Amino acid sequence: MSDWNVAQGERWLVLGPSGCGKTTLLHVIAGLIRPTEGEVFVSETDLRKLDGAQLDRWRGSTVGIVLQALHLVRHLSVRDNLRLAQYMARAPQDDARIAETLGVLGVADKAARRPADLSEGERQRVAIARAVVNRPKLLLADEPTANLDDAAAARAVDLLVDQATRGGATLVVATHDARVKAKFSNTLQL
Amino acid sequence: MNLATLSASYLRARPLNTALSLLLLALGVGTIVLLVLVVNQLEERMHRDARGIDLVVGAKGSPMQLILSGIYHVDAPTGNIPLAAAQALQKNRFVKKAIPLALGDGWKGYRIVGAGHDYPEHYGAKLAAGRLWEKPMEVVLGAEVAARTGVGVGARFAGSHGVTGQGEEHGAAPYTVVGILGKNVSVLDRLVLTGIESVWQVHEEEHGPQDEEDRKALEEDREVTVLLVQYASPLAAATLPRQINSKTELQAASPAYETARLFRIVGVGVEALRAFAVVLILAAGLSVFIALYTALEERRYDLAVMRTLGASPSRLFGLLVMEGLVLTLLGAALGLVLGHVFTAGLGAWLEAQQQYPVSGLELRVDELWLVAIALAVGLVAALLPAWRAYRTDVSRTLAQG
Repeated sequence: MSDWNVAQGERWLVLGPSGCGKTTLLHVIAGLIRPTEGEVFVSETDLRKLDGAQLDRWRGSTVGIVLQALHLVRHLSVRDNLRLAQYMARAPQDDARIAETLGVLGVADKAARRPADLSEGERQRVAIARAVVNRPKLLLADEPTANLDDAAAARAVDLLVDQATRGGATLVVATHDARVKAKFSNTLQL
Repeated sequence: MNLATLSASYLRARPLNTALSLLLLALGVGTIVLLVLVVNQLEERMHRDARGIDLVVGAKGSPMQLILSGIYHVDAPTGNIPLAAAQALQKNRFVKKAIPLALGDGWKGYRIVGAGHDYPEHYGAKLAAGRLWEKPMEVVLGAEVAARTGVGVGARFAGSHGVTGQGEEHGAAPYTVVGILGKNVSVLDRLVLTGIESVWQVHEEEHGPQDEEDRKALEEDREVTVLLVQYASPLAAATLPRQINSKTELQAASPAYETARLFRIVGVGVEALRAFAVVLILAAGLSVFIALYTALEERRYDLAVMRTLGASPSRLFGLLVMEGLVLTLLGAALGLVLGHVFTAGLGAWLEAQQQYPVSGLELRVDELWLVAIALAVGLVAALLPAWRAYRTDVSRTLAQG
């Protein structure tokens, strides 16, 4: 893969068929796996220079990830799923921030519910809320529209773009979904 | 949110597994608490009741029975010994103090003990009401007897033959309560004390109207049941028991030796129960292990997500270990409560049976050890699951789904 430069605040789409390494690329950017060769810099930070614990801390404070299967913690309430993000990132546990984030994403009234009680669209919003609650500088989303119909897919992308814009975060979305293309000016084809 | 509350939320998410682990651990810990409390309290009570008594002298028979009836009043006496023999022994140079007791009647299941004032004095008993007995047929009630029968000073009652309360009543010779002892935390609490003369009188009257000659014959035949002996010097331990056992028709038994023997016999049962409790605790550990280990499969996404949120592998390790610890700490706490409730229940039952009292309210240092052991079990049970959590391959797990 050739060099790829992304400026802070840009919105990028990583395109490619299933199994071409989009997820792997996202995991490398998030510091979840170390590349066998090459370098990764995220806003001046050379990920190779961070040891395991530093990398975890860096990820917690800098990166927000929306996973393809969402993976909300089933037995925790929506509010506690967001609190889990604050706790694991060693950020202060801030109920006001949680309420604000849920409010912006339109699921404030679901705060006390379990993920199972929510619709798929609501769960998606909660997953996005969990990814942005710590105000990440880098927001990653892996196939955010995979199981959604056109309208829901459009809404999900809008939400991601909106959230990234609000926080001044760089947004990188990996997808094979052609419907998403229109919203992004920058694309990386794998 | 912290590691403990997060762990607790996972425990709540699988209530049946959690309940099983808690139950096994609580039963194991509870059983051991029960054993520790009962055995220690009995041992302490028995030592307290036997304090200052080096030797019990009575009729030939089982030495343990002699101790159980002579000191603790929980068994039938081996028989009686002639008053003359007892008086002779009181003059022995090895004997510092010899307290004669005459046992016979009972009242509502409590034993009526004929004794001198030196008997309550030996235990440092204090009167809560009234006075000590002066004349025959005057009695002083132990604190527990008074409390459970509700009888006060001035009351009259008739004793019955034997202690069970079912023997024939000696209707002709009613006792009068003249005093009540304060709580002494000794065998005295469960006794009705009277003068030795009262016991003699009750049984002599049974022989009906007597002439002067009969009375004299009966007086010569007077007997006591046991003699509680305190040695004059340590030297006595070597000579006096042998002297008594070989030369006379009497038997001497050492409370220290017999109670030690009793606890060795009872100890087999105690050890068996303790082993059973240990098995329960180990089973609880296994249950904790299986619960954590099988739950790992469905939790691997949660664990991976926590890593994406910034958790280090050691935090996941800590989460699993904390789950084991929270579970066993809860189980141990439950077990302590259960053990004390068991003991209190047993104590209430024993009290109703007028047996040795046991309190469930007592706390022991050993219980802290139990908590420590339970926590160690939880820690060990959680180690392997925690290690697996530590090794979670985030990228691969997430790529799977």
